[in-house]
Amino acid sequence: MPEMGTSLTPEQITERLSKQFGDELSVHLPPGKSAAQVAIVSRESLEDTLSFLQSEAGLEFDFLVDVTAVDYLHFDEPSIQERFAAVYQLYSTIHNHRFTLKTPVPEDDAWVPSAVELWGSALWAERETHDMYGIRFKGNPDMRRLLMPEDFPGFPLRKDYPLRGRGERDAFPQYLDSGPISGGAGKEGGGE
Amino acid sequence: MGLEKLLGDNIITTSVNSVAKWARKNALWPMPFGTACCAIEMMATLSGRFDMARFGAEVIRFSPRQADLMIVSGRISIKMMPVLLKIYEQMPEPKWVISMGACASSGGVFDTYTLVQGVDQFLPVHCYIPGCPPRPESLLDALMKIQEIIDEEDSDEEAGEKRENPGIETEEETEESVSAEQGAAEPSGS
Amino acid sequence: MSEERKAPGLPAEAAEQSPPEALGPELLRKGLAADPDYRGEHPEPRFFITDEAEDDFGGKTMTLNLGPQHPATHGTLRVVLKVRGEKIVAADTEIGFLHTGFEKLSEHMSYQQWVTVTDRMNYMSAMNNNVGYAIACEELLGVEVPRRAQVIRVILSEFSRLADHIVCNGLAGMDVGAFSLMFWAFERREKVYDLMEAVTGTRLTTSYTRIGGVFRDVPTDFDSMVKDLVTEFRRFLKEMRSMTIGNRIFEDRMRGVGIISSADAVNWGLTGPILRASGIAYDVRKARPYSGYERYDFEVPTQDGGDSYSRFVQRLEECDQSLDIISQAIEDLPEGPVLSEDKKISLPEKDEVHQNIESLIHHFKQIMFGHGILPERGREVYSCTESPNGELGFYMVSDGEMNSYKTRVRPPSIFHFAVLPKLIEGLMISDAVAVLATLNVIAGELDR
Repeated sequence: MPEMGTSLTPEQITERLSKQFGDELSVHLPPGKSAAQVAIVSRESLEDTLSFLQSEAGLEFDFLVDVTAVDYLHFDEPSIQERFAAVYQLYSTIHNHRFTLKTPVPEDDAWVPSAVELWGSALWAERETHDMYGIRFKGNPDMRRLLMPEDFPGFPLRKDYPLRGRGERDAFPQYLDSGPISGGAGKEGGGE
Repeated sequence: MGLEKLLGDNIITTSVNSVAKWARKNALWPMPFGTACCAIEMMATLSGRFDMARFGAEVIRFSPRQADLMIVSGRISIKMMPVLLKIYEQMPEPKWVISMGACASSGGVFDTYTLVQGVDQFLPVHCYIPGCPPRPESLLDALMKIQEIIDEEDSDEEAGEKRENPGIETEEETEESVSAEQGAAEPSGS
Repeated sequence: MSEERKAPGLPAEAAEQSPPEALGPELLRKGLAADPDYRGEHPEPRFFITDEAEDDFGGKTMTLNLGPQHPATHGTLRVVLKVRGEKIVAADTEIGFLHTGFEKLSEHMSYQQWVTVTDRMNYMSAMNNNVGYAIACEELLGVEVPRRAQVIRVILSEFSRLADHIVCNGLAGMDVGAFSLMFWAFERREKVYDLMEAVTGTRLTTSYTRIGGVFRDVPTDFDSMVKDLVTEFRRFLKEMRSMTIGNRIFEDRMRGVGIISSADAVNWGLTGPILRASGIAYDVRKARPYSGYERYDFEVPTQDGGDSYSRFVQRLEECDQSLDIISQAIEDLPEGPVLSEDKKISLPEKDEVHQNIESLIHHFKQIMFGHGILPERGREVYSCTESPNGELGFYMVSDGEMNSYKTRVRPPSIFHFAVLPKLIEGLMISDAVAVLATLNVIAGELDR
């Protein structure tokens, strides 16, 4: 049962984090009124930060709401210098406060340590982020593709992947004993 | 006819074909291939208010071996299409396909990397139902149109041909459309 | 990590390859795709079916495919079971059969257009998705919603929640053999459809909310329609209870099946009725109230069992709470506009547009490409609402353009389905069906 009195604002949480981690952490305030502060950590200190957030008395983020990523290819966000940023949404059922954490991920060496040891919900959330963006989560026991077919070439949610795809939707293998089905008003392998 | 006079009042003579057509169209066993929101409207059609059982299509069979009408309702992604084809292949002849909803007919709103833009790229479809999702009355109307299609098949051979090219309705229309294609002088009505 | 392989060849080439025997085991023969740095310290060991098990037909185990087309899977889900007799030894799942690319579409559609796409996610309760998305956009833009629109949103979302819960329970009943429940539930759902049709114009995919309010005002007999429907539902819930609670067969089928402890539920990210059936009283409507929910007096029921029976009962109790909220809200409906007065984000009336140059300019500026509703550049927000399945979250990032830069939908169903393999180990196949039914996994939301 969440105790309403002990919930902290994002500013207070980032203060506690800065006290613990100092320079390894930077804080970003997105524009707009009543925006919440977001903490940005490097991937080297991500594991420590996440386990601190989970176990520290007063913070106790026992619920990982979501893991996703943002591709900043077409958007010049000054707080994130790399192409991708992995985003973690955290919530505490004990204190009823929320927090957002980001980690920059470079394009060439796109990996992030996995949070699956701390929260089981990271298992599929990271799997989907890998499927959509191609970011590898080191230490996740299940890195198969989640939503796309196993042999799908490319990562759909990246900004350089077109909306209509690169022809996969007209030319996928059809597993039939008799070969691809023909007939009707259909066109096979044609364009849109 | 002379034969009926001999047989008396209790016996009707007809052709085997007519009886077969009558049986087929009034006892279509649908196989609901429901994926998304259209599946919910299909379930609503099968439920109490818009009863599909009145048309004889009460026995929904999830096994393709026992069904003759496949209702593709919902969006079909490239991962699902091989499954759909496999199930279509498993259905015995004669079989008909209703493509229910905008997504199954043409991809609908979703012109994306993962959605097949219409199942008729891979399957012969006999009736398309527009709508997102179509009302249950539209599905019942489509069922009735399939019954009309079954009625119009003159023989099994022609029925087989028509199943390959479901666009052909009658022989007269075929001649008209052929002459229109050949660039006849007078513009065709349709 | 840019492995851009060429697309697989045209169908003619595919025909030359020998097709695999079946869609099922072929996929899983690829084996465990763990990250190379997996240290093997994961607390819950995951079982993946390997080649040796495939050939083991003679004696002990068998691989069964509860494939994407199956009457018992509610939607296009796939569960591959390794069974010994009737007992499940291990399970694995596959999803993605309904993946449509909603999130990618949001980067090409404007904010207003994407509301039609949100309907198609959790299609059992389309209004809740609409409201969730509208609230996320309003937080992104910093827009106030008029009170009348808030109350209308609350009433319709709660009816949508009712429709979802009774159909989930009806289908759960059908899966364990109580077939009538499903037909009764669908009949009551038709009554909710009647209300939705009167207010929004369509039955299922409502697309009723707009940024800043709702599309149009409710009809004049809304009050009486709502009150009649509330009475009808109270009677129906009593019927549903009398059919199932205390029914020896139903309880035997559902009790003790698929138990989720409260610690597990929190760790695995479960929300909604499943979390509350395991004892944790977390409801977004109380924890982070939105759309005026703080004005209504309702409880957050919980159950102790964490099994399928508790989840079933939990949904019934939440239906009761929803009816209470609707009864309070319909008394609370104030007069006023239903769309925000801010002309930069809400479309003017069509006859105004045709007669008034200002309205024409506002209309132009919102619809035309290159203009549109423009949030601040760099603004990002995570906003969540309580959908019937759990916490439905929208994480939106804006780059100042008329399309969203990124919209991430946090669907509750994906976390619920992730625990299924763990839950059904050791159960019988029919129990697995009962567990899946009460988890209420909606494929549209799961795959997006």
